[in-house]
Amino acid sequence: MGLVARDLRLVWRRPGDVTVVLAFFVVATVLFPLGIGPETNILARIAAGVLWCAALFASLLSLDRLFAADFEDGTLDLLLLAPWPLELATLAKCAAHWIVTGLPLALLAPLLGLGFGLETSSLLGLAVTLLVGTPTLSLIGGLAAALTLGARRSGALLALLALPLCVPTLIFGAGAVESLASGEGFSTHIAILGALALVSIATTPWAMAAALRQAGE
Amino acid sequence: MASLPFHEAPMLEVIDLTCRRGGRQVFDHLSFSLGVGELLALVGRNGSGKTTLLRALALLVRADAGVILWQGGDVRADPEVWRAQLAWLGHLDGLKGDLSVRENLLAGEALRGARSGEDRLDAALAAFDLAQLATRPVRTLSAGQRRRSALARVVMAQAPIWLLDEPLNALDSAAQQAFRSAVDRHLQAGGIAIAATHADLGLPSARRLELGAPL
Repeated sequence: MGLVARDLRLVWRRPGDVTVVLAFFVVATVLFPLGIGPETNILARIAAGVLWCAALFASLLSLDRLFAADFEDGTLDLLLLAPWPLELATLAKCAAHWIVTGLPLALLAPLLGLGFGLETSSLLGLAVTLLVGTPTLSLIGGLAAALTLGARRSGALLALLALPLCVPTLIFGAGAVESLASGEGFSTHIAILGALALVSIATTPWAMAAALRQAGE
Repeated sequence: MASLPFHEAPMLEVIDLTCRRGGRQVFDHLSFSLGVGELLALVGRNGSGKTTLLRALALLVRADAGVILWQGGDVRADPEVWRAQLAWLGHLDGLKGDLSVRENLLAGEALRGARSGEDRLDAALAAFDLAQLATRPVRTLSAGQRRRSALARVVMAQAPIWLLDEPLNALDSAAQQAFRSAVDRHLQAGGIAIAATHADLGLPSARRLELGAPL
């Protein structure tokens, strides 16, 4: 869709924005071994949780600009005036956000997991859970971004709104990797993560569209 | 409140439009109608509700009472069809600084759901003397050049109704002339234009609607 292409092109023109997010992800995860100490068994046990939390924070980092940039330069009005449903537009914006943050985070995570001493199967599991789970983070974050549009300190407010809503995704994402490591398989976890993603796809666009219309008033 | 005489076979008819914002009456029982090829200049002091009226017409702001009729039908019955009739120029230009003029215009068309606009693109760029600037990123342009790019987007949309908020902002005299010819061509093609302005548009054919200035 045209809007996804436009947003991706904008990111391409300013690769710094994405680089910062990925760099934050790397730095945040690397801090944990430094703080906890080089005990491999402890690190391997907390790796999934740490990587998932860091991915959550990293994806929130770039979300406050998701609609704010369009709001400030007047293109949000054009979006509101487009002769097709605004719900689709919000979905497209979140899809573009996921392609430039969620997707690279999921691909980068196994590399970092390697440093935590995770086994190969856990590394793959981590990538898969992030692939299935990060779309939910983009959508919930997008909803928080739409709701906080035009508010002062919208970045902090956004994190406050989005983080509690992301808890189920975090629990099942990190839980999946752990249950995989203990040999129980993770298909149930993946199914729940998928269900959370589908529920977000089915509900958040309407809420985002309503919030954007309100911001346009 | 201000109201204009009824025009024969109106395309756009606004009846008793009322809008309150923050407990304050912005405009009250506003009625006017516009026929084929007519231009309406919304005049009034700062804060008199010109922008709010334009936004209410575009359904960006919810009016508290009144109806807007397009070809006899209430526009709120099918907002998407109504929006497809509109070309919008807000007080912000609606351009992305990191994209070139050309990419901005094509992105605008894509948002409107148009498939391809290469031929219309060249005509719109030429109308505002932008051919030389087409590949420059918008952030490197001056305010007037950006305004011209935004106006080119309006022309390119080929929509029957233009809603323009202070279209002459930052335009030099040559660009103002280009704007007048573009509006003339639009009206001659049977279009309608509504422009909020505090300056004289320089278009003698324009009808005027004076909005009262609340406190």
